[in-house]
Amino acid sequence: MTASAETFENNPLGKDTTLEDVLDGFEFLDDWEERYAFIIDLGKQLPAFPEDERREENYVHGCQSQVWLIHHHDEATGKLYLLIDSDAIIVRGLAAIILVALNGKTPRDLLATDIDELFEQLDLFRHISPTRGNGLRAMVGKIRDIAAAEAA
Amino acid sequence: MNDLSMAKTAPQARFDVDAVRRDFPILGQQVNGKPLVYLDNGASAQKPLAVLDAMDRYYREMHSNVHRGAHTLGDRATSAFEGAREKVRAFMNAASTREIIWTRGTTEAINLIANGLAQRLKAGDEILVSQMEHHANIVPWQMMAERTGAKVVPVPVTPAGELDLDSFNSLLGDNTKILALTHVSNVLGTINPVAALVEQAKARGVITVIDGAQAVPHFQPDVQALGCDFYMFSAHKLFGPTGIGALYGRAELLEEMPPYQGGGEMIERVSFERTTWNTLPYKFEAGTPAIAEAVGLGAAIDYLDGLDREGMQAAEDALLVRANELVETVPGMEIIGTAKNKVPVMSFKIEGLHPSDIGTLLDQQGIAIRTGHHCAMPLMDFYGVPGTARASFAFYNTMEEVEQLFTALQKVQRLFA
Repeated sequence: MTASAETFENNPLGKDTTLEDVLDGFEFLDDWEERYAFIIDLGKQLPAFPEDERREENYVHGCQSQVWLIHHHDEATGKLYLLIDSDAIIVRGLAAIILVALNGKTPRDLLATDIDELFEQLDLFRHISPTRGNGLRAMVGKIRDIAAAEAA
Repeated sequence: MNDLSMAKTAPQARFDVDAVRRDFPILGQQVNGKPLVYLDNGASAQKPLAVLDAMDRYYREMHSNVHRGAHTLGDRATSAFEGAREKVRAFMNAASTREIIWTRGTTEAINLIANGLAQRLKAGDEILVSQMEHHANIVPWQMMAERTGAKVVPVPVTPAGELDLDSFNSLLGDNTKILALTHVSNVLGTINPVAALVEQAKARGVITVIDGAQAVPHFQPDVQALGCDFYMFSAHKLFGPTGIGALYGRAELLEEMPPYQGGGEMIERVSFERTTWNTLPYKFEAGTPAIAEAVGLGAAIDYLDGLDREGMQAAEDALLVRANELVETVPGMEIIGTAKNKVPVMSFKIEGLHPSDIGTLLDQQGIAIRTGHHCAMPLMDFYGVPGTARASFAFYNTMEEVEQLFTALQKVQRLFA
């Protein structure tokens, strides 16, 4: 089945789980184990990804693991909804953080969001290897491309 | 027997891993607040002080261009550079330094040969490779096949990660012109029975190319005993510098092959009417070579010669035995590559975890491994995995480090539970 509008709009990431929740949660984690446990848990909130959307055009290149990304632009509200999936658990967690920051925004608001600043706030890159950092950037890059195309 | 002859035949000091580790400055550091456990030696090995010092001394005391001969520094540089070539010759037991070509590494060496042999190939000819080859021993042949109409034919591997010898026998046929085979698999650690396969190939007049990149860190190849036509390795996997490697080629074939690159050094005489090539090995060494790196590789070989190689190999084997014993302490862990004859390389997967998840959380614990497809996608396809996690050991790794790896893997598993 292809993803229905409901699947997109019911995604808790960015709706029930907000950026503030994540920032608050991160604040009290002081060792790597807790930090990764938190990231892994966030990843568990990703909605199921429709099997038939695992196609080349939805594939995010530049990641060590397989990453899939689809979107739905609600014409009525102007909001852009995203779904991401990966076969790597930590990448799912990182995708969840991205969604918390970017999901359900208008393309214009999305493009105005400084995601690098968020990563810095979360102190993510210091704990993430450069190769994984590249994967993160690839995901964010693809999302921004989609937003730019939808805003045009 | 008098004291002098005793000294001559006395074995080197018995292999002592703690003493050896002190020779590698990089191993003493902390990573992510934990002592570094470096288990990514298959990707690149660390360098002993002897190599660092030799390169430093070369630049401080003797650097100049080689083979120009007009001054003292030029002579010093040339003699250090050609001295290193002799060390590589002895290391591989080649008959002559004419047969030792400097390259940037294994990859360039294979490209050089593929390019040089292209003129021998025609449509319908076959290049036999194996399913466990690194991309560097597949893609250059595919590129040549495209140019000539030849075909690259893979020999399958068994589930244990050994070469399927029955298939090898049936695939080695009248159309086979080249056998390009890895001595040791970078993913599986399997040591292929190269001498026997080369013998079979040679009986049919097939040219044999052996990729020694993963073999030389663990044992010394003897190209005359192996009987192969070409053998190559990269210095950086042999505890030497990056950017240089060596290619052994049988003189007769090297003479026949056209040069790979044109430029300085590789020529005898240049005119706009006719340019003639330099003699071996210089014909294949266009441009100013990586001189300091050659010196560094020579120092790495000297360093290894000074170690108790037998004791070193026994210590490496013991690491692998211990690792295999500990696999059962991590539920869901499975080794990929269980050949009888293998070097201490352990590819594995853990049920429910992606290799990159494993690699990230080991790194947090100071442990460096490799994750991914290891430039061996056909092999990943065979095992039906997107990649593996790979711990590859060197002689400077300790039993404690093997145990730390497994303790860390148990922790990884708890985190994902």
